[in-house]
Order: sequence, then structure tokens, then C-alpha cells
Amino acid sequence: MKLTLHVWRQKNAQDKGRMVRYEVPNVNEHMSFLEMLDVLNESLIEKGEDPIAFDHDCREGICGMCGMMVNGKAHGGFKGTTICQLHMRHFKDGDELYLEPWRAKAFPVVKDLAVNRGAFDRIIASGGFITAPTGSAPDGNAIPVPKKNSDLSMDAAACIGCGACVAACPNAAAALFVGAKISHLGLLPQGQAERDRRAIAMVQQMRIEDFANCTNIGECTAACPKDIKLEVIARMNRDYLKASLAERPESMVDVGG
Amino acid sequence: MELKSNVPSGPIEQAWDKHKFELKLVNPANKRKYNVIVVGSGLAGAAAAASLGELGYNVQCFCYQDSPRRAHSIAAQGGINAAKNYHNDGDSVYRLFYDTVKGGDFRAREANVYRLAQVSVNIIDQCVAQGVPFAREYGGLLDNRSFGGAQVSRTFYARGQTGQQLLLGAYQALERQIGLGAVKMYPRTEMLDLIVVDGMARGIVTRSLYDGKIDVHIGDAVILATGGYGNVFYLSTNAKGCNVTATWRAHKRGALFANPCYTQIHPTCIPVAGDYQSKLTLMSESLRNDGRIWVPQQAGDKRAPNTIPENERDYYLERRYPSFGNLVPRDIASRAAKHECDEGRGVGPSGLGVYLDFADAIKRLGKHKIAERYGNLFEMYERITGENPYEVPMRIYPATHYTMGGLWVDYNLMSTVPGLFVLGEANFSDHGANRLGASALMQGLADGYFIIPYTIGNYLATAKPATLSADIPEAREAVSNVTCITQKLLNANGKRTVDSFHRELGKIVWDKCGMARNAPGLKEALGQIPALREEYWKNVRVLGANEEFNQSLEKAGRVADFFELAELMCIDALNRNESCGGHFREEYQTPEGEAQRDDANYSYVAAWQFRGAGISPTLQKEPLTFNYVHPSQRSYK
Repeated sequence: MKLTLHVWRQKNAQDKGRMVRYEVPNVNEHMSFLEMLDVLNESLIEKGEDPIAFDHDCREGICGMCGMMVNGKAHGGFKGTTICQLHMRHFKDGDELYLEPWRAKAFPVVKDLAVNRGAFDRIIASGGFITAPTGSAPDGNAIPVPKKNSDLSMDAAACIGCGACVAACPNAAAALFVGAKISHLGLLPQGQAERDRRAIAMVQQMRIEDFANCTNIGECTAACPKDIKLEVIARMNRDYLKASLAERPESMVDVGG
Repeated sequence: MELKSNVPSGPIEQAWDKHKFELKLVNPANKRKYNVIVVGSGLAGAAAAASLGELGYNVQCFCYQDSPRRAHSIAAQGGINAAKNYHNDGDSVYRLFYDTVKGGDFRAREANVYRLAQVSVNIIDQCVAQGVPFAREYGGLLDNRSFGGAQVSRTFYARGQTGQQLLLGAYQALERQIGLGAVKMYPRTEMLDLIVVDGMARGIVTRSLYDGKIDVHIGDAVILATGGYGNVFYLSTNAKGCNVTATWRAHKRGALFANPCYTQIHPTCIPVAGDYQSKLTLMSESLRNDGRIWVPQQAGDKRAPNTIPENERDYYLERRYPSFGNLVPRDIASRAAKHECDEGRGVGPSGLGVYLDFADAIKRLGKHKIAERYGNLFEMYERITGENPYEVPMRIYPATHYTMGGLWVDYNLMSTVPGLFVLGEANFSDHGANRLGASALMQGLADGYFIIPYTIGNYLATAKPATLSADIPEAREAVSNVTCITQKLLNANGKRTVDSFHRELGKIVWDKCGMARNAPGLKEALGQIPALREEYWKNVRVLGANEEFNQSLEKAGRVADFFELAELMCIDALNRNESCGGHFREEYQTPEGEAQRDDANYSYVAAWQFRGAGISPTLQKEPLTFNYVHPSQRSYK
């Protein structure tokens, strides 16, 4: 099949950027979406044109490095599928596709379709962990964890940190990402000691990073390639509220919002 | 050069404890005066960086991805072994040690493997404490399953995403140290050279992938945890960015490279679909518990699988290995599939595939039960191939999955360059010639959490804190080396893309130094690889400049190193006149076609010393002795 692509080209964070049109002939239905871009890039290099920059690594839907908007939909909009696992048999001859990077103030463009998601790392660094220095752990079976909690925790822990939730959200909020981590750790007995502190620190960092507020639209969960449920946001809000009412550590200053 | 393994004397059960006591300590107040560089942020790198930060060292950690959470450890599906014996089924540290030495076909260092089995139990505790949501029983205790090469249930898992969850645990511990200021993280930064001063590793040269900036980082010790080199084959189950550059450039600065020919080919991957293919996807080997592997008896039979009658099918593993059947170890299953396809009985458009059929299992257990066991894998298969494995047999073919070879290290995980430590898949130490399932995660975390924090202290206690400036001649020379490589690649201005060369190289290595090797083929490859490498430097086309985000340039430098490594792999494979584990030399097989080891002549680690471009490397041997697990012939008939 033959496709027409309109691709966002932006040299670096300072550049204004623009859409550029490309024709891709001979697309095979068994190719992955990224392999289709590889083929286009090979032909661009042969013609002496700058290849399109896009992030990717494992190409099996688990590392969370890839991601772009296809016709306005994060990862192309197929349920439970990252763009690296999307195959061309879902498209047809003559399709016209618009490829853009994640659009969010907190994710500045690096080049073309690649963005900087360092904000997510800083949110985790602010409190998305259980403090357990190496060597200090009791036996793994010392604290039983109800299977239901463990399963729900795993559901939330499946987040790959790709950023599709932010890109899909009209507010560019990071509530699904933060909620997923708060739920993963807050559902386990090991995560209780720091539960209040974690909720406050992570929500606070989320605001510092220029993510906007969640208004319960639900685009995030629809776009999530790992089917993280909206429920994690409710859990984040509950934990945050509860922690805010309880005594707060002195070192933490709420930046408001 | 004499290779000193530094294995402690005395009974193997006490070796590590005794060694830990004898290792010198760094006073807590002095730890912050030491700068430790960690390259790589997978299980080994993130665990090491976090643990050393917790101890009080000044740590700098580097990764090429945009976040340390993305390292390829994340893709491991199956599980992690630990000798917990929670199931009362006879497991023990000794049994895990025994299974691992035997599984490695008697080509690993016994003392290292024993220590790995010992600390395996601490790893599970550590990960549970970090919040890794391992699978649990209804009573709330940890669940286990069994895996290839073992008769006990010792594999801990978190659905099909064990690697992801373990890595997130290590990543979160690392981020905590970053938040506390103990670790400084450099994402999208690639190590391009090692700085050696007076014979000791004292720093690295890096390139920022954002803007091409070249920087010098000085440290008191350098830890490489940069993974394996499976991408030398171009097509593998590795992530696209996985590369050998850090270890290879350290090798060129004096670190010996051990057993490069030991590569693992996984039998159950989705076959190649076309020449645009960029990577291969693994399907968990657990599928072989219920799937039956077959090919049509008639070569060139192009009928649809469901129309081929039972008596015209060959269930070749069940026929050749009646007692193990479809559950023979990875290396044997892979070679058998290759044999069938070489004889023309392969299936699918390319003829490079065999069927993995669930029809009988569905008939016996019902579709529901199969969905419960393998639902996510069936979904993944359908997403990639567009075929429904509940109705049509899966097509599978072997693919490169893991590399057992790597930089040579002693018992302290230190390479032949003092101050340069190597952890995880990047070193050679624990898996011998073949790795068992669920052992890679175990080794990465053992090295990072429980071994390096002790052994690095001993090294640092004997060294003085760095007072070196970034402007020393050795650093300037390394920077100029890096700049020179980059300029040469950019200036070649040839006609062919980096990927086209990488594909061609990968095909040579796969054909001649893949699942089966022979002397004439290896000699041929040793002619082809240098010729292609020469063309590469003249005819590669890398557009753009160094001073920008330039993904072609990143790839170009990595492929340049794969060329040199590929040659060493073939030299090593040609030198090893025996078959063992993942290294199968067609000349050396038993009358039944099984691997024939030669313990009298090849029971050694082959560690290669770089002597300059175009000069043959020197072979250094570390003899292997087996005082506990006595070498025997593996049989699965």
C-alpha cells in the first residue's frame, strides 16, 4: 500500500517547527509502524535528507520510550497498543496520516517527534519509591500481602511511563501517571509508612513540573497502552486529601494550585 | 599477563563470607570523597548506583535512553530464580549452584556461581521490601513456578513482566538517591571512551545525545553495566539501542574480553516477516509446556497447516528426544529447528519457521484453560502476525537472545584494568556457555545490590581519592580519539546507510557464527567481516553534524564497534575446537548429533587481549577447575 505522511519536523527545542509531507510507497501490511518509518528514513538518507527523529528502544511495548500522535491519537489509538506494536495491516492504501510529538508544556520537543520526559523522573525522585536501603529487608514472606491487593498493585505498576496519558489529556495533566505510582505503592503493606508523605510530595512535584490539573475527562485511560484504570486518580486524590488533613512534615510547602 | 581470579581459598560454602570479612572497608566519613562512575541503568547498573549512593559514595550514573527506567532489563518476561525453598520441594543454595554450573555446560567459574546462588535469597527480600508486586498465593505468600533446567519451583515472577517490575524497583531506589543528591543522573548520554591513568581506570568520555557535547568525567572507579552484545546479529530480541560500545572501547583500553563466542539463541521467537524487519520478538519458553512443535514430513509442503493430516506431520522433538520431548533445553530446541528448516521442511513465507501447535492442548484442557495460561502471549502473537493461534498453529524460529561472553572479571567483578568493574550481562562470569531461564535477572541484581558494594570498597580503600583534573593528557587523548571517530564517520559521505551495513554484518555473523559454526565458515567470515568493515569506513553515509540530536551518528559509532567484535567472536569460535552450550561446532558432535565437549583441552575461559587495529589479539587462558560439580555429558534422550 501507499501512504501519505505529514510529519512534524522541528530541528530542536528553539526551532518553531512545521509539518512536512512525505509519500511512502510499498508499505507492507506486516511492517510495524516504526518499521514503516525506518523504511522512509532509509530513503531520506539515500536522498541526502535529514531522517525523522523519533524515540524507540525495545520495540515490544514495554520500555515506554516510543510514542507519538497519529491523526491526533496517542500511539495511533488502538486499544492496549504502543506505536511500536502497531502493525500496518490496520491501515489501507491511500491513507493520509498526521504524525506529531506529544504536545505538553512539561515535555519540550528534543527534535521532530522526540520529547524530553525528564519531568516524570523528577516526580518519581520526589517520592515515588519505598525507602528500603539495600540489605535492610526482612524475609520476603515475613509480611503476607492479600492477593487482591497484590493484583491491584500490579495493575497500577504496569505503567510504562510513556507519556501518552499527558499527550491525550486536553489539560496535559499527569494524574494517571502519578496516580498509578501512588496506587502501586500505596496498595502494599510495605508502602504504608511513607504513604502520606509520598502523596503530598508527588502531587507537589507534579505541579512544579507544569502539568495542569485533572478535570476527570478520562482521555488518559482511553489512550493508555497498558490500560491503567481511572480509579488510580481517585486513589491519588484520596491519599492526597487524607495526607493534607493529617499533620504535614514541616519541610513541605504546598505551592498551591 | 596472568589472569588472577582472586577466588578465596577454603570450602566454597564459606568463601564469600570469609572474603567479605577480609575485604578492606572505607570509613563512612571518607566515602563521600570517592567518585564512582556507573555506566548503564539496567538491573545491575541501577542497583549498583542506588546501593553505592546509599552507602555514601558520590555517584554519577549514565544511560543512553531518555530515562534510566527504560533499560532493556525491562523486557524480561519469565521470572527470577532464588533458592528460597518456600515450597519445601528440596531446593537449596547448593542445588541452584549445581543446576547453574551444569546448565552452563561446565564452562563457568564455580566460586562465582556459588555466591550467586547464595545471594539469590537476599534479592527476593530486597525486591519485596521495595514494593515489587510479585505474584502471590491466596494466603498472601509468594508464589513460584518452575522453569527450564530445574526440577524444583524456584522462579519468582510478576505476571509476564518480571523484568519490568524488578527494574522499576531498582529505578525507584535510584531516583530516591538522585532526589537526595547522592547520585547525579545523565540520561541520553553515551560513554565513548575509558580514561586510563597509570594503568588504572580513572574516568570516561561521554557524548550528550541532545547536542553532541563531549565531556570528561573523572572518577576513582568506573563500573560498566552496559548489557550484552546480541545486536551484533542485527536481528535479535535486544532493544534497538543495545550496543557493545562501552565494553568494546574499554577492551581497546586494556580490559580482556572473555568467551565472545558464547551467545544464546532462544528457540521460541516470532519468525522474520520481511527484509524491513527491525527486531525479533520473543515468546516465553513456557509455551513449550503445552504446545507441540512440528513440521510437514514432505520438504516444500505449502499446504495450510490445518489441512496437513496427522500422519504427514513430523513432531521431531518428540521423535528425537522421547523423554524430554518439546521441553529440551534452549540450545537443543534451537538447533533442531534450524536442522528441519535447512532440510527444506520449514514453514511460513520464508521457510524459516516451525509450527508450535496448541490444538491438542485446547482439545484436552479447553480453550479457557489455555487462555488463562497464555492469553497475553497469544494476544501479542496475534498483534504482530495477524494470525489467531487458537485456530492456526503459531510459527516460531530461534533468535539471538542473550550473550554469555563479556569482559573478563575476577571474583571481585574487577576487569584486568584496575578500577574498572563490570556487572551483569556485560561481564562473562556466571553462566558459562549457556544461561538457564530466570538467571539473568538474578545475576544483574546480585552483582549490583550485593557484590559490588563490598568489593568496590576494598579497591577504593587502597586507592587515594582522585585529585585529577579533566585536563590531564590521558583525558585529552581520549577526547581526541572520540572526536576523530565521529569526524571520520561524518566525513565518509558515502552511499550506504548505517543500517544497510549493520544488516549485512548481522547476516554474516548469523550464518557463520550463529546457532551452528564450522571451521570453513568461520574462516570465510574472517575474510568477509574485515572487507565489509573497510567498505563501511569509506562508504557509509551519516548526515548532519556532531553538535545536534543525531540518531544516525549514534548508530554509526555502535556499528563500527560491532564490526570489530564480530571478528573477535569468529576468532574465539574458531579457537574453541569443541561444542559446549550455545557454542556448537558442527565438527564436534556425538554420533547422535549432540554437543561434544573437550574437557581435556578446552576447560578454560578464553580471554582476549587487544593489541591494536589489524593485529591478532592474544589469547590468555584462565583454567577452570571443578571441585564440586563434576563435568558430565548432558543427555535429554
